Amino acid sequence: MNNQRGKHSIVFSNRPNIVGAAAVGGVKESQGPQKKWFDFTLEDDIFGEKTWEKAEGKMVKKAIDLALSNGRVSEKQVDILLGGDLINQLMIANYAARDLQMPFLGLYGACSTMTESLIAGSVFIDGGYASCAVCAASSHYCTAERQFRMPLEHGNQRPPSAQWTATAAGSMVLSKDRAPGRNICVTAATIGRVLDPGIKDVNEMGAAMAPAAADTLLTHFRDLGRSPEDYDVILSGDLGHVGKKILMDLMAKQGVPMAENYNDCGALMYDDSQDVHSGGSGCGCSASIFAGRIIKEMRQGKIRRALIMSTGALLSTISSGQGETIPGIAHAVVLEAEGGE
Amino acid sequence: MSNDKKLPDIGTEQDPKVKKQKAKAYEEYAKQFTPKPKYAANGLKAFVVGGLICCGAFAVQNWLMDFMKLEEKEAGTWVTVLLVCLAQLLTGLGWFDSLAKFAGAGCIVPITGFANAMVSPAIEYKAEGPVLGVGAKLFSVAGPVLVCGITASVIAGIIQVFR
Repeated sequence: MNNQRGKHSIVFSNRPNIVGAAAVGGVKESQGPQKKWFDFTLEDDIFGEKTWEKAEGKMVKKAIDLALSNGRVSEKQVDILLGGDLINQLMIANYAARDLQMPFLGLYGACSTMTESLIAGSVFIDGGYASCAVCAASSHYCTAERQFRMPLEHGNQRPPSAQWTATAAGSMVLSKDRAPGRNICVTAATIGRVLDPGIKDVNEMGAAMAPAAADTLLTHFRDLGRSPEDYDVILSGDLGHVGKKILMDLMAKQGVPMAENYNDCGALMYDDSQDVHSGGSGCGCSASIFAGRIIKEMRQGKIRRALIMSTGALLSTISSGQGETIPGIAHAVVLEAEGGE
Repeated sequence: MSNDKKLPDIGTEQDPKVKKQKAKAYEEYAKQFTPKPKYAANGLKAFVVGGLICCGAFAVQNWLMDFMKLEEKEAGTWVTVLLVCLAQLLTGLGWFDSLAKFAGAGCIVPITGFANAMVSPAIEYKAEGPVLGVGAKLFSVAGPVLVCGITASVIAGIIQVFR
């Protein structure tokens, strides 16, 4: 059976089920509008550890543990762990995997890692190569800041287009077996291509990612013969306020205007009083909102069909130092809730 | 449904010349969605805070000269040391970045910014050890300033000699 739709999209004939999901939020994140959707919130961003990196590792492990327990799956049942983060050589995910002792594939898609891992996990389940897969992604303001920008205590001003790396982690447990009651499954996905609009300023990541996000959305609608109205919710990863406006304009110009059902995790993560300029970013931003809010709202029956799309700005400290432009990518996943009313 | 023509042609260009033109056009396009920094308000904050720091420094200098009977040059040196120490203390307490966020150049220009640029990496890279962490990264922020400053002063010196 051919599960491909067009060059970029796939549909899952043996729909992988999301049986467990959990989101962990940092201090600033849990002071924002997403507070009630987190399964666990940190009282201190160092999380009782010696370094920020260890704290992020503990955070992603917490998200995985919680997702496994609310999905009633034991660690031993997991056939594959898929995940990533922003830190060089996937330090966080590798060390979390060292502790978890599961078959592991580390993934890097910058902030697009959550849907990237979800697509990979779904392919494993659908193809019968795994019965249970765990997908996870994390980011931490303090680890990202020291790697990509300046020391934390360095005094500087951020431009209005800058985004705030979210201290958050999200994890989803995929299974070939349905969950009891209302079931959420992954039905289709669109794998994005790398587009580079030529932005060089690392403070303009929303603008750098927006064309890739628009491209993935348009490709998705074309491949599956759908339109934005076919979804209750369309949520992009971390375009932020600036990138969200650009995406909406790009889509309108292509004749596919985005309506009320569209929003962006970066724009949702914080409120205006938190002074984060263009909004949130980081793998954890979309991972925690998808695994926290979206999954919960689907379980509550508020959302039947959601299109979630994490977006990544594929820059490195080397590329920005050498004056290279910032390529963007976005992967979209369709989640559907069924039964159990 | 629709065909390939519907995809926007941003970021797909291979020809370097056209790519550059398109990048510039996109940057202009993206700018209209980006809020502009509040130059006037930021400038005023920098002026007031920077001015207050300098007034305070002058008051201390005058006090040193009047009551401690120091020479003007010596008093100036002590004030510089005091400002550097104060900025280091504020950085260590985690207050300097909040102040700099508010006042911008107003609290960075009066030597205090340099102190902050030295102490903040020292705190940040403590986890990597005293030699390869703090030692190697201590000048990661201030280093370029030193290199450029010293180079400029050498050039100025050479010009002065041959003038």
